[in-house]
Amino acid sequence: MSLESPVATVPPDDADAPHAQRRRKANRSKSVSARLSRGDRIAVTLMVAVPTLLVLWLVWLPGILSVVLSFTRWEGIGGVDTIEWIATENYTNIFTIYPPFRPAVTHNLIWLAVLFLIPTPLGVFLAVLLDKELKGGRFYQTAFFIPIVLSLALVGFMWQLIYSRDQGLINDITGGTTDWYGDQDVNLWAVLVATCWKQTGYVMLLYLAGLKAVDPSLREAASIDGASETQSFFRVVFPVMRPINVIVLVITFIEALRAFEIVWVVNKGRNGLELISTLVTNNIVGEASRIGFGSALATIMLAISSVFVVMYLRIALKEEQR
Amino acid sequence: MSTLVTSAPTASADRPEKVPPARPKNRKPLLHGFLIVMSLLWLFPLLYAVMNSLRSYEYTQENGYLSFGGWTFDNYTTAWERAGFTEKFINTLYVTVPGVILTLFLSSCMGFVLARFSFKLNLTLLGIFLAANLLPQQALLIPLYRMFREIPLPEWMNADGGTLLNSYWALILVNTAFQTGFCTFVLSNYMKTLPKEIYESAMVDGASVLRQYWQLTLPLCRPPLAALATLQVTWIYNEFFWATVLMQTGDKFPITSSLNNLRGQFFTDVNLVAAGSLIVALPPLIVFFILQKQFV
Repeated sequence: MSLESPVATVPPDDADAPHAQRRRKANRSKSVSARLSRGDRIAVTLMVAVPTLLVLWLVWLPGILSVVLSFTRWEGIGGVDTIEWIATENYTNIFTIYPPFRPAVTHNLIWLAVLFLIPTPLGVFLAVLLDKELKGGRFYQTAFFIPIVLSLALVGFMWQLIYSRDQGLINDITGGTTDWYGDQDVNLWAVLVATCWKQTGYVMLLYLAGLKAVDPSLREAASIDGASETQSFFRVVFPVMRPINVIVLVITFIEALRAFEIVWVVNKGRNGLELISTLVTNNIVGEASRIGFGSALATIMLAISSVFVVMYLRIALKEEQR
Repeated sequence: MSTLVTSAPTASADRPEKVPPARPKNRKPLLHGFLIVMSLLWLFPLLYAVMNSLRSYEYTQENGYLSFGGWTFDNYTTAWERAGFTEKFINTLYVTVPGVILTLFLSSCMGFVLARFSFKLNLTLLGIFLAANLLPQQALLIPLYRMFREIPLPEWMNADGGTLLNSYWALILVNTAFQTGFCTFVLSNYMKTLPKEIYESAMVDGASVLRQYWQLTLPLCRPPLAALATLQVTWIYNEFFWATVLMQTGDKFPITSSLNNLRGQFFTDVNLVAAGSLIVALPPLIVFFILQKQFV
């Protein structure tokens, strides 16, 4: 019973906040705009406009154009007037007569499942273990954090030492002849192991930061009430960490969707390593320039990611409003 | 409540029937055993790379990779020369330094206004910036690529006299656009914690908004700016996708995206791969060890 009380007291506080905030905001903005001189107004406008325009130009405009172009056929060689409007034909083609699409989606889903089942829980678990003051805690943390600062491209490159057919560690020990990066039955899994090596530390970092922010008295109260450590984590800490939990979840989904680098380093996303992201890229920088078709693939990515972006924003901006 | 927190051990000792005091002690060796095994497992790929980067190819070919010996430093010099690391590191500098400065400048402007003034659009703007950080970049590639191909650059901006595509300007702009969101978020949050009173007195003295930003806010923001600068250096240094697709000629590749080309050149020699990887890994690792205390 008493375990739930600290959590239950949160909502009433919340309900009050919007009113107070609106009042405060109204007061502030009125006094501010009244006091701004003309020069100040120009300065403020520029300070907002330049970064905003840059982001709108290089992020939002391409996003919108991807959606628009996805309904067209365009080789991209001629001018804009050579664009041909073909409604949803690109999408029909993707789903019916584009062989790499199905494997790519399957690989992205496997990617998601693996991230979700291994590095995410493992990272959370390690964060919980290392959150306490432990002897040697710094050493353990360092071991898991190091891969985070390396790019996935470098990680993929480096793991050749382990996966190479003729000189790799695995084949050296087992005497096997598997080409771990080349054989399409195993290369996805090989790449995923290397990805997990990095992702675990990343999740752990996020979760450790979240755990540090949890009021220690909550856990103390739980342990005094006789909860074991496991109980106090699942019944007290975990529910309080809801924002971080959602963010970790969102990041797991987004990382699975935009996985790219490591696969590109290995073989440019062919031969068992197709991903939606590599299909998009191969449609513009590869030998074929099929702008409309590639954009339709891009739009599918955008549609999936927008769900998680919205989830993330709701959390981040709610914190912001407080 | 606070007394309970500070005296937790005694409190639990008072109620032995509920918290068996012996249990945590028993689990300690198990916990450390698990953590030691895991962290050695995690360090292994790196340590293995260090070891093999220091051994000669002939020795490992003859004795296998499980042997011990054949120490040499030659792999590093060979890898450096063959991969043209001098040129690649300079390319990285061209992108990273202006990219980080521009990102921090723009996001501190934006963060300042968001923290200092309340407009109705504040949350919308923050949303626009933050979302930009999360969108899958490959989904934005096609229009951006096509757009950059259309934008000509004057000769003084690009020696080839070509377009924005295949120029460092493209990478600087794209990296800045994608990183500004996160930095704005962090900086505006930090700036909100600064006391409002400093601005009040500055305004009484007749300081303009620009002066308040430059002389009051920025100097006070040194800690988050330093932290973000190091983070951004690592991120832009590690950036792979845009550099790979927007740069057309291999000699312009920054270091991370040139890895793709190195594979062919090192194809038979894993020891060279190890040395090359470690050279590329060194700058972010140095940043990590300097910053480690702040990490968590």
